[in-house]
Amino acid sequence: MSEILVLVEQVEGEVKKVTLELLTLARSLGTPAAVWAGPGITSEAKARLAEYGADKIYVAPSSDIVEYVVAPKAELLAQLVADKSPAAVLVAATPEGKEIAGRLAIKTDSGVITDAVGLGEGFVADQSIFGGGINVQSKVSKGTPIVAVRPNSTAPEPSAGAGAEEEVSVTLSDAAKAARIVERVKQEKGARPELTEAAIVVSGGRGVGSAENFSIIEQLADSLGAAVGASRAATDAGWYPHQFQVGQTGKTVSPQLYIAAGISGAIQHRAGMQTAKTIVAINKDPEAPIFELADYGVVGDLNQVVPQLTEEVNKRK
Amino acid sequence: MNIVVCVKQVPDTATERKLRSDDKTLDRDAADGVVNELDEYAVEEALRLKEAHEGEVTVLTMGPGKATETIRKALAMGADKAVHLSDDALHGSDALSTSYAMAQVLKKIGFDLVILGSESTDARTGVLAAMLAERLGTPQLTLANKVDVDGTSITVQRITDYGFDKVEATLPAVVSVVEKINEPRYPSFKGIMAAKKKPVETLAIGDASIDAAQVGLTAAWSSVVDFAAAPPRAAGTIVKDEGDGGAKAAEFLASKKFI
Repeated sequence: MSEILVLVEQVEGEVKKVTLELLTLARSLGTPAAVWAGPGITSEAKARLAEYGADKIYVAPSSDIVEYVVAPKAELLAQLVADKSPAAVLVAATPEGKEIAGRLAIKTDSGVITDAVGLGEGFVADQSIFGGGINVQSKVSKGTPIVAVRPNSTAPEPSAGAGAEEEVSVTLSDAAKAARIVERVKQEKGARPELTEAAIVVSGGRGVGSAENFSIIEQLADSLGAAVGASRAATDAGWYPHQFQVGQTGKTVSPQLYIAAGISGAIQHRAGMQTAKTIVAINKDPEAPIFELADYGVVGDLNQVVPQLTEEVNKRK
Repeated sequence: MNIVVCVKQVPDTATERKLRSDDKTLDRDAADGVVNELDEYAVEEALRLKEAHEGEVTVLTMGPGKATETIRKALAMGADKAVHLSDDALHGSDALSTSYAMAQVLKKIGFDLVILGSESTDARTGVLAAMLAERLGTPQLTLANKVDVDGTSITVQRITDYGFDKVEATLPAVVSVVEKINEPRYPSFKGIMAAKKKPVETLAIGDASIDAAQVGLTAAWSSVVDFAAAPPRAAGTIVKDEGDGGAKAAEFLASKKFI
């Protein structure tokens, strides 16, 4: 079967869950080959990639690849597309993953599909557009299919691959080295999972009422091992940092479980979470549109309902 | 400094958005057209940079005749002039075609800085800024929540998973902005009146050396095979909290094996 390149997402050497999802997905369509862009691959990371089916692991250890914005990774993938003639290239549909896909599409004269939530035979991709209102099947018609797949679209399943390592040297063009990263600033985010990757997201909105009161939301999230999100009303009010905003102008999440507390469910918010598999809503207004989406809804004061839910979750652990 | 800010007219999220059954492209008549929200932040940032460093702000849009409404809004906010790329041949263009066509216009009109919103609320591909940088061979400073220009150098804070990267480059450059960068101004009455007198240049593809074979639905590198309205979600269970709402929700989560 043909090779399918999977660009590895990693944080400080640790392979992110979305990459394991992409390897699982790639296995159903061909032979997955992981691409490690930059230095710092560890034996644990290699073992993890092989465990989830990577037949090959292309390692491009040049530090240049990670010192400039996006372009070097696209150049590396373009070189691999030329050398290995893969059947497709999969990247995570993160903001950076999509940018890499975009540049790669131009470099290889190939079509690109972003935000796929599924991928089938012939690389026909499923997408959910207009805030989840319409399901679309799309297909790349020219070149090598380049598909950015949303985190949480596939359940990662181990199935050992050979994991044969092959070092790749890439010569970067001057254009790829035009935007230099001079400093990386890490902002504390504690032990919670990354919002767009999390299997469970607990979000608070206007009904939370204050920044201090967001601790109620955080406690529920921590009991479930979830990420915390916020509606725009909450981030605009300064109750929770902007980078946690879920919605049209914020992050798009597609978790297994989304719990919306004190969120009315305005269309702008729904655009960012409507593809969650299971939705639970807690709101004191029985007319709140979020209840139209909810698999389970509690009409009540979140100040009572959420702490009780947290307590019950902790009890059952 | 010659700043070009790219804006897109998109269907209002608050209205029903549809695809056309004939060619599976966006049905622009079904919904009200509005300025893509993130592009308003791009316009605001362009205006702030102009106010700090002098220069000129040009609005660039690609779209059918109706897209002039979007141009007027940006001009009313304070942009100086506009270029409208409008040609029937562009209908159905995908991201690759759109980036090609816009890059051709940008090469024609010239720029020190191109600013756009990080994605549109309709297609949400988030690829256009990266594609423009690729096509123009200029640095890509995208997902910025802070932009500083000093002479010919530019620095941005690029939002990442872990915080942000500080990125440096030399002009000319392509920048995309995220929502938290600023608070877009409302057009004043004076601004709205002044906008009516500002020059808008309309270009057809031939005016910008755009090859018709590279744009439009037939040239697209990807296509919609099929689409359908998402099946309505099955009606959920809604309970009223009578002192046990949290416990009931926990039971539901347990039944779904989340706990």
